[in-house]
Parts: sequence; structure tokens; C-alpha cells
Amino acid sequence: MAGESNGAGVFGSSIRRREDPELITGRAKYTDDLQLPNMAYCTILRSDYAHAKINSIDASEAEALDGVIAVYTASDIADSGVPGGIPVGWLLPDMVIPEHYMLAKDTTRYVGDGVAIVVAEDLYTAHDALELIYVDYDPRDGVADPKKATEDGAPLVHDEASNNIAFDWEIGDKESTDSAFANAAHVASLDIVNNRLIPNAMEPRAALADYNSITGELTLYMTTQNPHIHRLLISLASLGLPEHKIRVIAPEVGGGFGSKIHHYADEAIAAWASMQTGRPVKWTATRTETYLTDAHGRDHVTHAEMAVDANGKFIGLRVDTYAAMGAYLSTFAPAVPTYLYGTLMSGEYDLPAIHCHVYGVFTHTVPVDAYRGAGRPEATFVVERLVDEAARVTGLDPAEIRRRNFVAPDNFPFQTQVALAYDSGNYEGALDKALEAIGYDDFRTEQAALREQGRYVGIGLSTYIEACGLAPSAVVGSLGAQAGQWESAVVRVHATGKVTVYSGCSGHGQGHETTYAQIVASALGVPYEDIDVIEGDSGVMPHGWGTYGSRSAATGGSAIASAAEKVVDKARTIAAHLLEAAEEDLEFEDGNFFVKGSPDQAQSLPDVALQAYLAHNLPKGIEPALEATSFYDPENFVFPFGTHIAVVEVCANTGQVELQRYLAVDDVGNVINPMIVDGQVHGGIAQGVGQSLYETAVYDEGANLLSGTMLDYAVPKAHFLPSFETDRTVTPCPHNPLGVKGVGEAGTIASPAAVVNAVVDALSPFGVNHIDMPVTSEKVWNAMN
Amino acid sequence: MYPSKFDYHRPSSVQEAVQILSDNPDAKVLAGGHSLIPVMKLRLAAPAALVDIGRIDALQGISRSNGSLSIGACVTYNEIANSADVQAAAPLLAEAAGQIGDRQVRYRGTIGGNLSHADPASDLPAAALALDATLHVTGASGSRSVSASDFFVDLMMTALQPDEILTSVEIAAAAAGTGSAYVKFEHPASGYALCGAAAVVTRGAGGSCTGASLCFNGVASTAVSASGVASSLVGSDLSDDAIVSAVSGLSIPDATGDMFASAGYRQELAKSIGIQALLTARDRA
Repeated sequence: MAGESNGAGVFGSSIRRREDPELITGRAKYTDDLQLPNMAYCTILRSDYAHAKINSIDASEAEALDGVIAVYTASDIADSGVPGGIPVGWLLPDMVIPEHYMLAKDTTRYVGDGVAIVVAEDLYTAHDALELIYVDYDPRDGVADPKKATEDGAPLVHDEASNNIAFDWEIGDKESTDSAFANAAHVASLDIVNNRLIPNAMEPRAALADYNSITGELTLYMTTQNPHIHRLLISLASLGLPEHKIRVIAPEVGGGFGSKIHHYADEAIAAWASMQTGRPVKWTATRTETYLTDAHGRDHVTHAEMAVDANGKFIGLRVDTYAAMGAYLSTFAPAVPTYLYGTLMSGEYDLPAIHCHVYGVFTHTVPVDAYRGAGRPEATFVVERLVDEAARVTGLDPAEIRRRNFVAPDNFPFQTQVALAYDSGNYEGALDKALEAIGYDDFRTEQAALREQGRYVGIGLSTYIEACGLAPSAVVGSLGAQAGQWESAVVRVHATGKVTVYSGCSGHGQGHETTYAQIVASALGVPYEDIDVIEGDSGVMPHGWGTYGSRSAATGGSAIASAAEKVVDKARTIAAHLLEAAEEDLEFEDGNFFVKGSPDQAQSLPDVALQAYLAHNLPKGIEPALEATSFYDPENFVFPFGTHIAVVEVCANTGQVELQRYLAVDDVGNVINPMIVDGQVHGGIAQGVGQSLYETAVYDEGANLLSGTMLDYAVPKAHFLPSFETDRTVTPCPHNPLGVKGVGEAGTIASPAAVVNAVVDALSPFGVNHIDMPVTSEKVWNAMN
Repeated sequence: MYPSKFDYHRPSSVQEAVQILSDNPDAKVLAGGHSLIPVMKLRLAAPAALVDIGRIDALQGISRSNGSLSIGACVTYNEIANSADVQAAAPLLAEAAGQIGDRQVRYRGTIGGNLSHADPASDLPAAALALDATLHVTGASGSRSVSASDFFVDLMMTALQPDEILTSVEIAAAAAGTGSAYVKFEHPASGYALCGAAAVVTRGAGGSCTGASLCFNGVASTAVSASGVASSLVGSDLSDDAIVSAVSGLSIPDATGDMFASAGYRQELAKSIGIQALLTARDRA
């Protein structure tokens, strides 16, 4: 990569991910790979019942088993004097916040709820002992469906939440929306179930806790997307240890998709067990536990309507949603179906009246929280499905009705009716590019011809927008976040001119070590190879908020750019002093400072760094060393957008959907590394196609998880998918120093609607106007017959 | 994902293996381990002992003689799928074995383990049924032979006694004019058959059908034979119309449904996949 390694050209080039050789060759160390001397193993007994009173627990046989160190229940945690809580980190007005403890006290509220802890000398014994703990349960009725849970007489998850309603939230203007519907020429109306998903990160959650009772320090290695958030919540709510005595370290983390944002009981349990036993304690989830305890995603029941005037203009949107919270309020769960959902209801459209009403509902299931896209896939699915239905009821082509309603390119910044102010965009530009690449007009001709032969192909558009890089902190706080959403960075130039960058983000597959180094190489003009990036250790870098919500480039990258700029400013001052010139006369190019017109008399950044460290000859008032810290709080969200198009054929005999083509034109602003952006788009599409065609968490009437293994829950395999076609338009973000937006979630946000719109289009000869996800072959067959 | 404790035996002969089984009623036979180990790791099964038959020479190998093919119980799917002898004498079995799982599964899983496990959604039972395979078994009290149609008793239940081991599978080599096909509609998660159709047809000298078989995996609690379809094909000209008409009345008794696919849908799949399998078999005949 020598040709790409120097200076400004590094930003924007497809450098291979420097993370990959270790990951691919198996040398990378994940939490479960770590061993500490005298380490013990922890397992957790989980409720087999969705809802049960615990009469008593008899652990005597387990305690007597050879190799068992201790068995603990909720009362042991309470007796130890720690707070023992698992808090919610986003507060909505009048929200019911039930108590949530590290172990269930007297009632279990979902299959998988923790009941007892075993600590043993080895993992096999720890698992054997679970079978020797006898819990006397008094089973109660459970409910898993978020709409049914609100009906009178439904079993209550928490007595204090009547009709299981955790919160009743709305956004927009009901009155103006109702009046739009009164004046509508057409109304498109759909009932939509957004299917519940199980995250399936490749690496299960794990924790290795090492408490030192002499110093009072806890070192916690764990699978986290945000070490500082976990440190904060473990300190405040779970263990009560002083924050500065807790060090949370994220070794390699094998994917998260949101599931490793949240603060669960299990990692805190491992830490508490280490405090109790005085030994390092490791807990690693089995895949079964992953299914039973990782926060699930989506799970909405929605009725939505679009009011359209005689010219095909959208004049009103009305949305009513029942959103499952599961048995407890997970870390950021209340934000997902509210501020990450209702605020996206304007889509890419100039919609003059919107009203969105959401019930957050407790159900006897594992909690639901942010999962790749978090609220925005659900919103995009509602809007983009309704737009297609509006096209159907008005008789307009789906592309045409979108054109008539897009926010025009000269109408930015655009204030929606649901709080967001879109910063920039050119929606028709992305649509045109995508339609041309897919050959839209030819497709329609071919589609008609194939229908004559009894073959059913369909095309589906999804012209999506998303809001990511959640910000600024003051606004996020006013909406209920108990967290900031700025990001930190340290850029440290060593005496030899080599650079170490620290970020408060915490990558787990995104390629930050590569892309952050690209940002700094361009900013400082030093070789890419001379820059290392360190993340994921609360003991090493300043406080940060982690990696999720497509924030790491826009927020973390901007913090790095800002710190690098401070470094250059200080270096310029020193260089001017060394060159005996005025600062304003200096040029900085490819890592060299020189007086305009005299590039041969240059001070390179490494030259300046050495002088900064020697500090023998620094200008007055300038401190030694060369590094800078930045805490970057964004002005606004960033708003990636684009057009995704799916082409499908449905088999008339079996109902099987074949995804034949998938094309994405995304606008994620400036691109740091095109290959990594493409990779994110590919992965996101695969995950969204998974939701639309294959994946679904199925609970029975008694709230037992039926799709509890990978034999039942279908994560898409490579051979289910076509080779994706990707392209971009570039509309830089106007308010951050890099002009970047976010790309981590775009694929999952856009693709479900594209795929389902394509299937519905294929099935239009059968009078089908909607089909719920996942679109299984049986559903399609039934729709055709 | 951590099994309970168990004893491990590795006998070197079939006699030794059946003796261990006879002495240990809670023992299970371990061949490729691709069905047993996962349920042990989930602690859905906790055998007190495993009898690993993977190193018994007598259970290995494929041989062909006197118009008959013999396949040792521990022969892997991969060996079957790629064996020239199987491809020539029982191409249906090779085709079905090649569709099981993925490469890693095919390198470990064995025909004996597959048939003895009797998972109705697996790919080999219908092929064994359609080929009228003979299953040779040995127990403490001696050896016997069971036809495939008598072997599959119910969901994951076979005619094997607790101390018996399936030792080999014998299949008569396909007669001249025979074509076969295995067509699978797979469950997107497991890769097992939502419906798998194994078809065999034989054309006589005059071109009309002299023998036919159509069997299904995945639709009922065992692999099932659609004998009505087969008998209405015999004597027909095997035209498209004849095949579609023979399958049109297909109804599989006791079809099963689950959360992914209902019994009714599986019946419809059986028709559609059955027609595909028969048409392909006909074209190969």
C-alpha cells in the first residue's frame, strides 16, 4: 500500500482493513480467549417460564457438587449491599419504570430471566450444577404480542403498568393531520407487523471480571460497543463501585448490531461474583443464552395511513404503533420506537401533516432494544410501504409518486413536521441514478411479457432517509437521554513523529483502526503506517460514548479531525518559531511547514515533534510535547439517504421468492474508505433481506420462544443473496469537519421495504397489496392461491 | 453447549460394539456425530456412554458386485456423493447425499448415522425408500436384514433394537432405462427438507413406464412413499401430462406442520416438488 500511504490522498482510498490479518488468521483475542490465573467460571440458571412466581429455590445439591465454589440467588446480591440494579438510560414523560435487578427476586418475567448463579472451578461443572438447582415455580399466564398485551384482561408483566403500557408517546400534529385526511382524494391504509428479530452477533456476549479487594479495583473485560457507558452504569446502578475504580476493556468484539450496547445483568453478575469469591470470574453466553437474553429488535404492530390529494401529493400521514419493550426497559429501549422512529416519518418527502402515536408495551419476552437501524428501519418500512400503497390507490407509478413528493434539492435545510431538520440532500438524483442502473423502464416491459407466460417478477423501490450520529447532546438530553452524544479523541504525536490516536468510540468490526488512521494521515500529512488507533479501554482513553447508531465516522471521526487540527495548530506555532517566521506566513503541505515560496527550508511534523518533546527551544508560553484532546459535540444529526431497488421473482408453484438483483445508490456524504463503505452496505442489505425474507422470532401463546436455535431462526446464507450492485452520490454533510455522514445502518434501514415492495409488485396480479415479513414461501403461496 | 458427563468407548469390531451396547442400556452409538453431539450439547440427550464406531473397518467402504451395491454404515455423505460406483448404480443416493448440509457436514456425517437417526427431514431416508434399500443390522443375538420400508417406524424411531447397529446398506443396481432425481425445497435455517422428493422411473423397451417410485422427506413423521402415484405411472407413457395427472391427487396421510410451514403447505410443496422430481427422473431415464 506504499503508494497510498502518504498524506492527503489517503482519505478516500480503499486501503485494505489493517484489522483483518489478525482476525482472519485467528490470532485476535476475544473475551472468551482470555485466561487469568486462578480463574473460576460462572453460569446462570434461567427461567423456563415466561411468567412465574418463585416460591423457593433449593441449591443444596448444586452447592454440594464437587468443584462448585458457590451458588447465589437474588437475596445474596441484595444482602451484599450493592445496588444490584439494571437501569434504563432514556426517560420519557410519565413512563412506568419497573424495578429491574441483576437476578429475578420473586417473579420471572421472560424465558431466560436470571434466577441463580453458579461459580465453579470449571465450565462443565458450572453447567452440571445448573441442573441440580431446584426452583419451585408457580407458573402464570404470559403474553408476547404487543397489541394483545394492551387488551383488558391480558396478563400483567408489572402490576404498576396497567394494560402493560410503559409509555404513551406522540409526535406531530393530530389536528392538522386529521384535517388533511378529511380533505384527501385518496387514502392508502395498511396494517403492518414489523417482525421481531434476534441479533445473532457471531461472538456471544462474554465477561471476564477481576476484582482486587486490596485496591478496590475491578477490571472487566467484556463484549461491549461502549466501555464507558458500561462502566458508568455498573458503577451507578449495579455494583456501586466508584467509577474510577472500574476499568472496562473491550478486547476484539465479534459484532454487536446494537446487542452489545445495552447493559445486561450477566456481565455485572460476573463482576459481582468476582467480588464475592475473590477470584477472576468468566461468563460466556451459550448460543441458546444469546437467543434468550440478548435484547431483540423491532416487534411493532402498526396501523398507518397516508392521505393523498388529487395530484398525487401526500398531504397527511397517520401512524399508530404498539411497540414491544419486552419484560423490562432495556438501556436505550424507550428511544427506539419514539425519537428514532416517529421523527423519521417524513421520509424523503415534503409532508405537511404528520401524527405518530406509539404505545411502548411490556410483554413477557426478553427486552427489545436498539438493533441495527433501531427505529429507523421500522419507520422506513411504514413510510415506503405506504408510498407504494399510495401509488397503487392513485394509479401512479411508484417512481413517479415519489418524485412528486420529494423534498426538492433547493429546499434544504428542510424542517420536517416531526422535529428533524434535514441538512442536505438530493433525493431525485439518487433515484434517477438507481432507476437508470436497474433499467426500470425496460423492466416494466419485460414484467408484462413474463406475466403473460405465468411468471411473476416484481421491482421494489425504497427511497430512504435516516438520521444518525445522534446529536447534539443538549437536544438528545432534552428528549430524555441520560447520556451525552459527543465523542472524544486524543491525537498524540510521539517524539519520533509516529502517532497514536485514541478514540472514545469502540469498534467491533467497523474498521476504525483503518479509517481513523486514514483521517489522521490526511490531516497531519504523516504516513498511514505511522499511525495506530486504540479504542475500547476505559482505563486508557478519555470518556467516550461508544459505537452504535452509525455515529463513529460522523462523531468519532470528527473528534479525531478536530484533535488533529489542534495538533497542527500547535506544531505550526513551534515550526514558525524554529523557522523564525510569522505563523501566518507558513504553509503546511504533506506534513511539512515552510514559508510560502521556500519549501526547501521546511520543518517536517516529526522535526517539530522532536523539538516539542526536547523542549529546549520552544516559543514563549507553549507547553512541551505534541498532542491534543478533543471533545466534539455535533451541531446536528447527519442524514444519509438513497435509493435501493430489489428485483424478485416469485415461483408460482411453491411461492418461493428469489431475490434476483439488489441495487443500492447511497449518499453517505464524503467517503473515507470506499471499500469499507461498500462492506457496510453489503452487510446491512444482507441483514435487511434477512428480516424481509427469513428471520423472525416466534413466541407461542404462552410467550415461550419457539425459534430458539439456529435450526429454526433463519439468518440468511451467502447463497441466498445475489451479488449486490452498489453506487453512490456524494452530498457532503455541511456541519462536520469531514463532510461525512454514516453508513453502518443504511442497508438494514432501506432494504426491507425494497424487498417487500418488490414482492407485492410481483403479486399485484393477484390483488395483493401487503404481505408481512418475513415473506416466506408459504405466505406467498397462500397469497397466490 | 456443554454436555453432561459420559463414558466413551471405541470398539474395534462390530461384535465388541454390540456387546458394549448390550451391557450399557443407556449407551448411544456415535458415528459422524452430527445429530447426536448437538443434542448432547443442548442437554436434550444425556447418554451415559458413547460407543464410537468410527474406527471399525468393517463399517467402512463401498463395494459393488453381482448387480448390487453395498455401502458401509460409516461411509460419509461426501464419499457417497462422489463415489463412481454409487453414481453409476444408485445415482439417486449420490444426488441426495450431495445435498445434505454443507461440506463440513458431508465430510463427517454417515449414511448409517443418518438412517438410524431417522430424522424425517433429512435427505437420505426417502432415497433409501425409493431405492428399496436393504439395511443390514447386527445385534448381540445375531444379524438380520430389514427393508427400508420396514425400517422407519416413526419420528426418529426405527426397527433397530437398542443393542443393534446398522452395519451396511444394500441397494440393487439401477436397471437399464432407469432415471432418478432428488429435489429438495429446503428450510432456510436448517437446510433440512421442508419437502424432499426422491423419484425413480424405469422405461421398458417400448418406452412406457415399467416401474416408478416417489418418496418424500420432510412432509410426515417418517419418510413416506407415494405408492398411488407410482402405480398410476406404471404403464403410462411418462409424458408431462401423465406425470402431472398422477401427482394431482397426491395426499400424504398425517402430513406434519410446524411454525415455519403448515401441513397443508407441505402437501402442496410435495405435489410441486414431486412433479419436478419425476420430470427430471423421466428425462434421465
